[in-house]
Amino acid sequence: MYSQGLIGADGTTDEDEAFLQHFQSRIDAEQKIEPNDAMPEGYRRTLIRQISQHAHSEIVGMLPEGNWISRAPTLRRKAALLAKVQDEGGHGLYLYAAAETLGISREEMTEQLLTGAAKYSSIFNYPTPTWADIGAIGWLVDGAAIMNQIPLCRCSFGPYARAMIRICKEESFHQRQGYEIMLTLCSGTPEQKQLAQDSLDRWWWPSLMMFGPHDSDSTHSDQSMAWKIKRFSNDELRQKFIDATVPQAEFLGIKMPDPDLEWSEKRGSYDHGPIDWDEFWRVVKGGGKCSKDRISDRQAAWDNGAWVREAALAYADKVRARQATAAPTPVAAE
Amino acid sequence: MTEARTPLWEVFIRPRNGLSHKHVGSVHAADATMALQAARDVYTRRGEGLSVWVVPSAEITASDPADKDALFEPTASKIYRHPTFYEVPDEVENM
Repeated sequence: MYSQGLIGADGTTDEDEAFLQHFQSRIDAEQKIEPNDAMPEGYRRTLIRQISQHAHSEIVGMLPEGNWISRAPTLRRKAALLAKVQDEGGHGLYLYAAAETLGISREEMTEQLLTGAAKYSSIFNYPTPTWADIGAIGWLVDGAAIMNQIPLCRCSFGPYARAMIRICKEESFHQRQGYEIMLTLCSGTPEQKQLAQDSLDRWWWPSLMMFGPHDSDSTHSDQSMAWKIKRFSNDELRQKFIDATVPQAEFLGIKMPDPDLEWSEKRGSYDHGPIDWDEFWRVVKGGGKCSKDRISDRQAAWDNGAWVREAALAYADKVRARQATAAPTPVAAE
Repeated sequence: MTEARTPLWEVFIRPRNGLSHKHVGSVHAADATMALQAARDVYTRRGEGLSVWVVPSAEITASDPADKDALFEPTASKIYRHPTFYEVPDEVENM
């Protein structure tokens, strides 16, 4: 899953021209930047913001789907959904680790999420009232995420690119899992098919918003493109997603909730109707239906886990103190 | 946040194909036992390996990127360390 990571990312930087030029020449030569390499402060700040928000999105993204684990219709569906949600947790951890290489601690990132200083993808502030929503999330939300994430595998920052390679490998089952749920509903009773249509109606526009504002309104994109953190513009990726997804909906026999959606022979792409950016900004700023619940759930998880973290550290100290009295015998690693 | 920081561990996994352990990422854990469990949960959900190492990140000594030229550049000029430097007549065939 993906956050609109660039919103609020500040790429301004004040190193001297020679330093910036040398750094840019490394980027232009497609060299990977590694954590201990010299880098502009703006590059570091942009990446910390983008990677941490991406990580938060994976973690918060477990909540809307977790809502259905106990109510999945069959054991097969339940096992698959559990595995998917566990993957999202794993993806969050890979990404937190990548961000930590830039000098921010896990605790600081958690605090930024809980206080609202860092965002996560707005898509997870929408509710999942029906089982069909689990299908729509896998199909559309993970589908949009994959479009965004594949170019990130070639991001100029080594640890982020490596984490994304792992994530993309694991993510492909998520989208298929979702589409299969939609397919089952669409070949069921009229009521089941209506559930699928209703879910598509609610998730289509928010999925398109996942790619972020139009290129003309995307303030920090140019610098991120130059630094090769980002490889394609928001609108390019959104168009790719629409072109890939519309035929999949046609196969299901359900309709996108966009009367203006039409194939353009001239462009070789689908034209689409206007996106409601007021809604987008309202949800980004915390006005989503589930915004408060998501953060209070994360806060509760953090607070309720405090005694476990304390006990684990206290136990580790005790064991270390005990071992200090016994002499260690080094052995070669196997 | 006044949380004590949970230590960081680097995770290495040996895949089934007989290659050596390879760095795959990191985990936070209070002690080695928990680090191994976390590494197993986070990095081996799809049969990635048959053996896991965890090493406290603080125990790793790394070369300084600033010394890169001094450390690694000299090897670039020593082409006689590679088999292609030496001429073997065609008649000798495989060597």
